[in-house]
Amino acid sequence: MTAAAFVKSRYAPPALGLVSFVGFIALIELLIRVGLINRFIVPLPSDVIAAFPRVIVEEHVLYRFLLTATEAFTACILVTVVGVLGGVLLYRYHLLRLATETWVAAIAAAPLVLMYPLYLVIFGRSAMTIVMMGFSAGVAPVVLKTLEGLAGTRRVLINVGKSFNLTASQQFWKILFPAAMPTIFVGLRLGLIFSLINIVGVEFLINFGGLGQLINELAERYDLAGTYAAICFVILVSVCVFIIMERLERWLRPVD
Amino acid sequence: MPTGTILVIDDIVKRFETPEGAITAVDHVSLGIAQGEFVSIIGPSGCGKSTLFNVIGGLTDAYEGTVTVAGERVRGPHAAIGMIFQEESTFPWRNVIDNVAFPLEIAGVAKTERYERARHFVKLVGLDGFERRYPSELSGGMRQRVSMARTLAAQPKILLMDEPFAALDEQTRLLLGDKVLQIQQQLKQTTLLITHNITEAVQLSDRIVVMTYRPGKVKRVVEIKLPRPRSSDIVSSEAFGRYVAQIWADLREEASRGLDDEEARKLREGESR
Repeated sequence: MTAAAFVKSRYAPPALGLVSFVGFIALIELLIRVGLINRFIVPLPSDVIAAFPRVIVEEHVLYRFLLTATEAFTACILVTVVGVLGGVLLYRYHLLRLATETWVAAIAAAPLVLMYPLYLVIFGRSAMTIVMMGFSAGVAPVVLKTLEGLAGTRRVLINVGKSFNLTASQQFWKILFPAAMPTIFVGLRLGLIFSLINIVGVEFLINFGGLGQLINELAERYDLAGTYAAICFVILVSVCVFIIMERLERWLRPVD
Repeated sequence: MPTGTILVIDDIVKRFETPEGAITAVDHVSLGIAQGEFVSIIGPSGCGKSTLFNVIGGLTDAYEGTVTVAGERVRGPHAAIGMIFQEESTFPWRNVIDNVAFPLEIAGVAKTERYERARHFVKLVGLDGFERRYPSELSGGMRQRVSMARTLAAQPKILLMDEPFAALDEQTRLLLGDKVLQIQQQLKQTTLLITHNITEAVQLSDRIVVMTYRPGKVKRVVEIKLPRPRSSDIVSSEAFGRYVAQIWADLREEASRGLDDEEARKLREGESR
């Protein structure tokens, strides 16, 4: 394969992404080694890589990864079900929409993580607190985007449904919902980002559970390389969640 | 009324309430369409063409008068009336064959049979080979043909079209007109076309109903006695030109009134700002 053919191939974008990432890491390594970045603030990437086996074996990172991933997936399912259902209700009942839309928008913008002491009182120092914090942070954007997607369905598509004498249920499942799907997935992406940030954040704050707690402990020990290695596993959870969601979106709606 | 009348529009009046008072969009319009006939309703913007489309299609209520299909009163969308809309209306999440099979799916037709029937209509509109393509992969004209095939798949007694080619360029419009003529010839489909395009109306119709500017009334009905089967070649004939001139003579005054009204409204809006 010639260079020109490779640039046009489907392998070029991921290859370029990988090369850029490796180049960035190498640059950081260089800047730390020449002293332009303080190594007591940012550890050497080579040290972070070297810390992986230690973090995996000594800190039971796989167990913690699974715990955080389980909390994240539970919160995701709650966010999806409750968020989409909430959006549908606000679309269906106009009065409810007028009464609550501003509040839901306010909740979406609020730093809900500050409410963790209240959740600790309600649910105790447990995975339930973490899941509920993740759910609370992620649900509002999903409600709003679901509502936006349904309300934004083109009038002509609704009229097509009417012209074929669709029942209200057929109109919803065959037209409104698929038409709103791209916007709903935008909401889900936003909601799940908020959710994941809050899950790891609350694990860190209440020193309980999975990767957030591990990051807390490693930071307390001033094990910078280990802390960054643990952060890489948080990114891995995020990657897993988003790969699953992308597959789900493609399955539900193959083409926009 | 013509003999063998299948669609009867009887004394339709539709008013809209606006901040400036009630506006009569359609004023005592009556019309009958015979089985297999192709009728166009033509008029300037604001003459109530689309309102009439919505009334006949059952998409609007609170109007005076009646619409009957084969003797049955239309109260809401009716299975005997298939509608093709001005705006692009294919479902972007369904490929061509699934779009066309949609009404059959709703009617509960078994999968094998509905795809077989859908393929027939895809072929009828000249889109065979594109069955697995999605609307985003098709041109505007092709998408309108998908909409047409989808509506025809429901096998309506009357095809109701609201400026279906308005968004297309003139050449595509003429070629799609040919396709409509072929389909009409083949299916003997009773069709009511709403349009503001004189050429399109003359090319396709047996009769053209010319409407006045607001309130929309029937100004004149013109019989188009051009030979059938027709194609877009007919646009260069002398008789075609005479019909176009005759209809334009009727429409010109209405279109001017519409334009003056629009300009006066814009002026008022500007002054009140």
